[in-house]
Amino acid sequence: MTATPAPKEASRAGIRQRPGSDPAADAQPIMRRVKTKLTSRWATAAAVLIAVVWSIPTFGLFVTSFRPAAKQIGPRSDGWWNSFIDWDFTFKNYVDVTVAAGSQSPNLSQYFVNSVAIVIPVTVFVLVLASMAAYIFAWGKFKGRDALFIFVFALQIIPLQMALIPLLQLFTQVLQLPAGSYAQLWIAHTMFGLPLGIFLLHNFISEIPGEVIEAARVDGAGHSTIFWRIILPLSVPALASLAIFQFLWVWNDLLVALVFSGGTADVAPITQRLAEISGTRGARDYLNPAAAFVSIIIPLLVFFGLQRYFVRGLLSGGLKG
Amino acid sequence: MEFLGGKLLQVVIALAVFAAIIGLIMLLVDRAPKTVKDKVTVAGFLAPAAILMLVGLVYPAVRTSMLAFTDARGQANGMDNFVWMFTQPEAVTTLRNTVIWTVLVPLLSTVFGLAYAVFIDKARGERVLKALVFMPMAISFVGAGIIWKLVYDYRGPGIEQTGVLNYIRDALGLGPKQFLLDAPENTIFLIIVMVWIQTGFAMVVLSAAIKGVPTELIEAARLDGANPWQQFRNVTVPGIRGALVVVLTTITIATLKVFDIVRTMTAGNYDTSVVANEMYTQAFRAGEPGRGAALALVLFLLVLPIVVYNARVLRKQREIR
Repeated sequence: MTATPAPKEASRAGIRQRPGSDPAADAQPIMRRVKTKLTSRWATAAAVLIAVVWSIPTFGLFVTSFRPAAKQIGPRSDGWWNSFIDWDFTFKNYVDVTVAAGSQSPNLSQYFVNSVAIVIPVTVFVLVLASMAAYIFAWGKFKGRDALFIFVFALQIIPLQMALIPLLQLFTQVLQLPAGSYAQLWIAHTMFGLPLGIFLLHNFISEIPGEVIEAARVDGAGHSTIFWRIILPLSVPALASLAIFQFLWVWNDLLVALVFSGGTADVAPITQRLAEISGTRGARDYLNPAAAFVSIIIPLLVFFGLQRYFVRGLLSGGLKG
Repeated sequence: MEFLGGKLLQVVIALAVFAAIIGLIMLLVDRAPKTVKDKVTVAGFLAPAAILMLVGLVYPAVRTSMLAFTDARGQANGMDNFVWMFTQPEAVTTLRNTVIWTVLVPLLSTVFGLAYAVFIDKARGERVLKALVFMPMAISFVGAGIIWKLVYDYRGPGIEQTGVLNYIRDALGLGPKQFLLDAPENTIFLIIVMVWIQTGFAMVVLSAAIKGVPTELIEAARLDGANPWQQFRNVTVPGIRGALVVVLTTITIATLKVFDIVRTMTAGNYDTSVVANEMYTQAFRAGEPGRGAALALVLFLLVLPIVVYNARVLRKQREIR
């Protein structure tokens, strides 16, 4: 985490110090200044091109989701860009995917609730359990601490696919967790989220100044008091970034859901329903874009609202290597 | 809306049970006799996460490794599953595709991400430009699959094209193309989707690293007469080597595990399957858990060198501290 404040300052300084106003640059021969300007103009053009290419697919989905069925499939269909010429938009697709009744209906509102019901407890579980473990790995004293920590780090790399079959057997045959409840998904997601959670939080918690903890200990505070009253409040930035990560992973997950949810409207998350309805080709294909947009709107909001924390989380795990 | 009540109740109960367990642990830690207090603390804080990881990751990994040497009925069959994997044409295609994925995705994502990070560095509107390219990170693979199906959409020749790419091909007089059906290049079109998602990650991490390179160094190179390319090649790139390694390894691991994109866009048909998808198909669709486990084991072995490398770096860091 020590690396994060510095780049931010640099960027702020960088924005103010534009190439033209740089006193050193003014002293340069004119030729060179022209050359730098030209290259930066080409660079900007290339950047804008990349940005446009990267945004067009999502923008196309967004526009398509508001187009009437006849424009999307069948003989009168054409590309989404034509919407801006004939200006024909409708909200009907969104009504159809969320609230329309009937067994054929995508019924997304139910699955949407499932996604929320899955993601919130998992995020809480992972944050609390991972920060407890990270605290002990950073400040506890026991034999083999560092080796155990590296082992936990390495666990990140076990492919989920490897864990699924035995875990499913364990859940249904040994533990007999009730079918049609969220329990299997909560536990599975928590298990898979812990290694990276512990790793990210450990990086942050281990950099909390030792004097702060020592002072509390001298005042007679026990481990649990130190953890809840000092460590957690001081770790809010790291906790926020982990929360966003965890939220996005679980919300966007398909594999774990496919294996553990049973696929009914009682439990299955929105991604699973989306995969289902988009996997079958048919007369209702025109609903797919609206359905997809319903499923990505929450992650997009979370992402844009909390982007700063998200980026910080990436960096705390990333830049240290 | 009566379904809402039952789901909400489940969530509330789960959170209450969790709070009770954590409260009990804290109570035990606080009430423990002085002589064993430290040990109880370590155990109490670490046990929940440790048990979940043992049950959810370590035990399944061991079980799967054993399962890899059995047939569909659970009888030991030696190396048969691995022989199948390296001799059957469709399984070999799967392995070949996985290699293509793991070479191209990290490479292209890093190149695009780095180029973009350099181009927009200190540019006007840097934050907006960053958000546009970073946005796909928040979108689920399933959502991305639907977005890109729209881009690759195909209609027979002579009909108005609804996909952007085929519309452009038509306008250029090339005729429409079935991007997802025509092997072997369809794998490339799936890879583009993953690159689209991962470039944002590479860009954010590398951008922060670039801002961390001391401006004096770049200034000095410029005064020595280095052109922008030389400045980039000889000052910036060596300065961000650590971040480059992290980006490459992280994306490589993510790519090896890629499942959802293939699953939602082609379901692994038309010669596009990869190991992670084939593993799911074999274990959960074809009734061949042994083969699925063998594929998972190969996946793990492929990732292993990356883990060992990262664990080494981590150990070095901890020794320095």
